[in-house]
Amino acid sequence: MTQLALVIDLNVCVGCHACVTSCKEWNTSGAAGPLVDEHPYDGSPTGTFFNRVQTFEVGTFPDTETVHFPKSCLHCEDPPCVPVCPTGASYKRADNGVVLVDYDKCIGCKYCSWACPYGARELDAQERVMKKCTLCIDRITDDSLPERDRQPACVLACPTSARLFGDVHDPDSEVSVAIRERGGYALMAEWGTKPANHYLPRHKTRMHIAPEDLERVDNPLRREDLTDYTGEESVDDVAW
Amino acid sequence: MHPAFSVILLTTLLGAGQGLFLAMFTGQLYAIAHFLPLQTSGFYASGSLLALSLLLGGLAASFFHLGRPERAWRAASCWRTSWLSREVIVLPLTMGLVAAYALTHLLGWTAPWFRVGALAVDLSLILGVLGTLATLALFVCTAMIYAVVRFLEEWHSPLTVSNFLLLGTASGFMLAAAYSAWLGNPLGGFFGTWAVILTLAAALSRGAHLLRNARLEHRSTVQSAIGVRHRALQQKAQGATGGSFNTREFFHGRSARTLRWVRGFFLVAVFPLPVVLIALAHAEVSSTMALTAFGVQFVGLMAERWYFFAEARHAQNLYYQSVS
Repeated sequence: MTQLALVIDLNVCVGCHACVTSCKEWNTSGAAGPLVDEHPYDGSPTGTFFNRVQTFEVGTFPDTETVHFPKSCLHCEDPPCVPVCPTGASYKRADNGVVLVDYDKCIGCKYCSWACPYGARELDAQERVMKKCTLCIDRITDDSLPERDRQPACVLACPTSARLFGDVHDPDSEVSVAIRERGGYALMAEWGTKPANHYLPRHKTRMHIAPEDLERVDNPLRREDLTDYTGEESVDDVAW
Repeated sequence: MHPAFSVILLTTLLGAGQGLFLAMFTGQLYAIAHFLPLQTSGFYASGSLLALSLLLGGLAASFFHLGRPERAWRAASCWRTSWLSREVIVLPLTMGLVAAYALTHLLGWTAPWFRVGALAVDLSLILGVLGTLATLALFVCTAMIYAVVRFLEEWHSPLTVSNFLLLGTASGFMLAAAYSAWLGNPLGGFFGTWAVILTLAAALSRGAHLLRNARLEHRSTVQSAIGVRHRALQQKAQGATGGSFNTREFFHGRSARTLRWVRGFFLVAVFPLPVVLIALAHAEVSSTMALTAFGVQFVGLMAERWYFFAEARHAQNLYYQSVS
């Protein structure tokens, strides 16, 4: 069975919010109706977003690191938000594992938001129904789009390719390989919700550069090397 | 959690209504067993109608909680998995049975149908038993809506169910005592005694719940929330400057002092004060005192429900520690 998901690389996310704006742009313009945006230019703008980038500071000053943390629905394999829905509006698609809300059935009781430990669901203040990340279900299932465009808007927008998209049940997919080989982990694994989305951890990329790496010890152009040959050949004379 | 007034009113009104119906039927059962003098049909009928109106008030309050109340009928469909759906089914069922019970007494359809030994079974007895079962089921459904959410660890406990059951029946029996006292009926002492017993039992249950929650250690931490294993971890931005649904729905926005004040208030107004008032009402044969006892307890229960919500800290709050 297919389980589509995102893998987010915290090591390269720069916190630019391009995924947030492209998500909002795509999902507010679709057939499902706009995502509310209240007081967008006032002191306290608020609205519905499927995806937000949060920022955390790790460590104590001056030894700190900034972690930008994009957060959206994790499309759990055992989604706790689905069974609590009284109307069946909240469901998990059998063919690709995406957790969705049927906006025409939702009564806006907010119970599913209580049953999500990640805070991934938001009640739209104007449409008064629960909304959440759809993994751009209208893009990824649209066969009329070219193959490379059949990805969520956030993935296409990311300038550092911090967001990977694919089937985590296919062991050879890009996302599965990334999870397996780069230490991908689930959020709040202690609840047993089995989130499909994974995060790749931060790691230090350090390069050690010795002076010899910058300048060859036996550089033939070095002054002392421009000596008069007396007929003998060094190894460098024959090997470069 | 943000305490929504509609839900506070819904749960307190339903509890009192269910309790009052249970009190009416208990009165009838005791009268059948000749422990109490049999009352007129009008006594049971108007008491049950009062219970029905409280249930109707609770149902009306529930609609204000919904974003799309016009689609509320859909909520009955997922009873296999959702306690909310089960409540949506059991509530009208209970209301129907309470209404039928009231109607049976009102129309005097109390001629015995058959006898089981010395017990003469009439329609009101059958409807009363069914109504009692439905009422108890409704208590369980209402409480399980909260108790089943494991990410609200303050609620995820059997004590949530016993609280709803005992607090609801206590306020219902208190109302029955006030109703009897107001009619000048001799059953006031009987209902009052049960109201005191149930109030004390509720105090034990709620007290145990408060102690449990005071020592509660949450399972998730900021570390497990974002997957960074470092002791010094601080949120700097939550992705929105003006708040979001996540900050409005899951935070009460009041100070710790307000919380302590509300807890102190309900601990006095729900438990000792109504017990003293109902005892005084019985001693002085005062119906106003009995009504005050119910009123004080009901207001206290609204504060109790407010605190029940405000006390609960949802796991998602770990992602919303600071704005910027």
